[in-house]
Amino acid sequence: MQVELVSPEAVLFSGQCSQVVTRTVDGDIAFLDNHAAFIGALDIGQTQLWAEDGVVSLAINGGFVEVSGNAVTILSDGALSAEDIDVDTARSDLAEAEAALSTNAEDANAAAAKTWAETRIQVGTAA
Amino acid sequence: MAGGQERILRRRIGSIDATKKITRAMELIAASRIVKAQGRVQAAKPYSEKVTAVITNLAGGGAGVDHPLLTAPEQVDRVAYVVIAADRGLCGGYNNNVLRAVERAIEADKSQGRDYALVLSGKKAAGYFSFRGYEIHAAYEGFTDQPGYSDAKAMAESVAELFESGEVQQVQLAYTRFLSMGSQEVAIEQFMPLEPSEIGADASQGSDSGGYEFEPEPAEILSRLLPRYAEARLYAALLEGSASEHAARQRAMKAATDNAEDLKINLTRIMNRARQDSITTEIMEIVSGAEAMSQDDDDGLKDIIEQSLEGSFAALASDRNDA
Repeated sequence: MQVELVSPEAVLFSGQCSQVVTRTVDGDIAFLDNHAAFIGALDIGQTQLWAEDGVVSLAINGGFVEVSGNAVTILSDGALSAEDIDVDTARSDLAEAEAALSTNAEDANAAAAKTWAETRIQVGTAA
Repeated sequence: MAGGQERILRRRIGSIDATKKITRAMELIAASRIVKAQGRVQAAKPYSEKVTAVITNLAGGGAGVDHPLLTAPEQVDRVAYVVIAADRGLCGGYNNNVLRAVERAIEADKSQGRDYALVLSGKKAAGYFSFRGYEIHAAYEGFTDQPGYSDAKAMAESVAELFESGEVQQVQLAYTRFLSMGSQEVAIEQFMPLEPSEIGADASQGSDSGGYEFEPEPAEILSRLLPRYAEARLYAALLEGSASEHAARQRAMKAATDNAEDLKINLTRIMNRARQDSITTEIMEIVSGAEAMSQDDDDGLKDIIEQSLEGSFAALASDRNDA
């Protein structure tokens, strides 16, 4: 199936994939060929594309996914591929977010920052 | 004396030449930046097209269109203007055109008893409105040359907050649309509330896009998607503005370079004339001196006079060739 990963500034990926795994706000979801039409809001998480020349891993900071007519479109204004991730920055962001959470466990921004930092570390270190 | 005038002219020509070099460099830089800016306008298109397509499909899937960004208030008391101008001048009428258009629109609103709020991008916009005593709600600067999505996001957030809190009931977006290298025009468009028809969210259409599965509920996706749409639209306007800015600067600097060239040619002509005048006067003096001397018939003195005359004629001849 045809997969496109589009950010506001550029098309980050465009090509054929056999499988796409991403995370919507309700949980992880995988798309294979000829998946039913689908629209979902993406949560912060890892997205993996099984492209012809290997698996592409990306950290996605929220966005949307639309599936129709054997084509998957992922829209995200915060997508980073593994080589763009600075793991050290992500680690320090994680420490910062955890410190903020320890003073106020209800802080939604810090919780999101923590998840985003963890996702970046996961994607960045796997590469 | 004529020699003094010549020196002044020479200095002016030198300064015009230096200015010309600067304007020429600015012209070339602007020309190369237009191409890049146009590339960014094109690169931003897939995202906004796709976002619009998803909204259309959502509406077809039965998402309610009762999001605050889609709800038009019954009465408009205050209009916010998002104005996109440049940080720098020397770009012809680019800044003034859009700023004057906004000022006129505000005047028109005032005559209808509507207040205004200004959200500005670009140092020149902030300077223009603060000098004229307008109240500025928010001013952004430092990115008009090459706007990034995060800049658009920050601006859109503050505008959406202003609108959703009910402080303003309408938001207008004023920017310069890039039509081609040679033509750009000022556009003032409604930014918020979003027009349901414009984004294809009319409940009437899109029945063919049924059969979608949604995760989470369509209404929830829509409420996440609409702010992204507003950001993408503002980002597109910032990019078009930046492309227009570079195009306007390129044209203004080309005109300045051409003018400097004309001025240089004229001044060089005047300077040569002044030189020739002074040489002619000199010859006249020598000749009349020689006439007076010839009565004395002093051969030694005559030789000296003839030599200096020859020198003057040679200088005059080479001058004529230059001119």
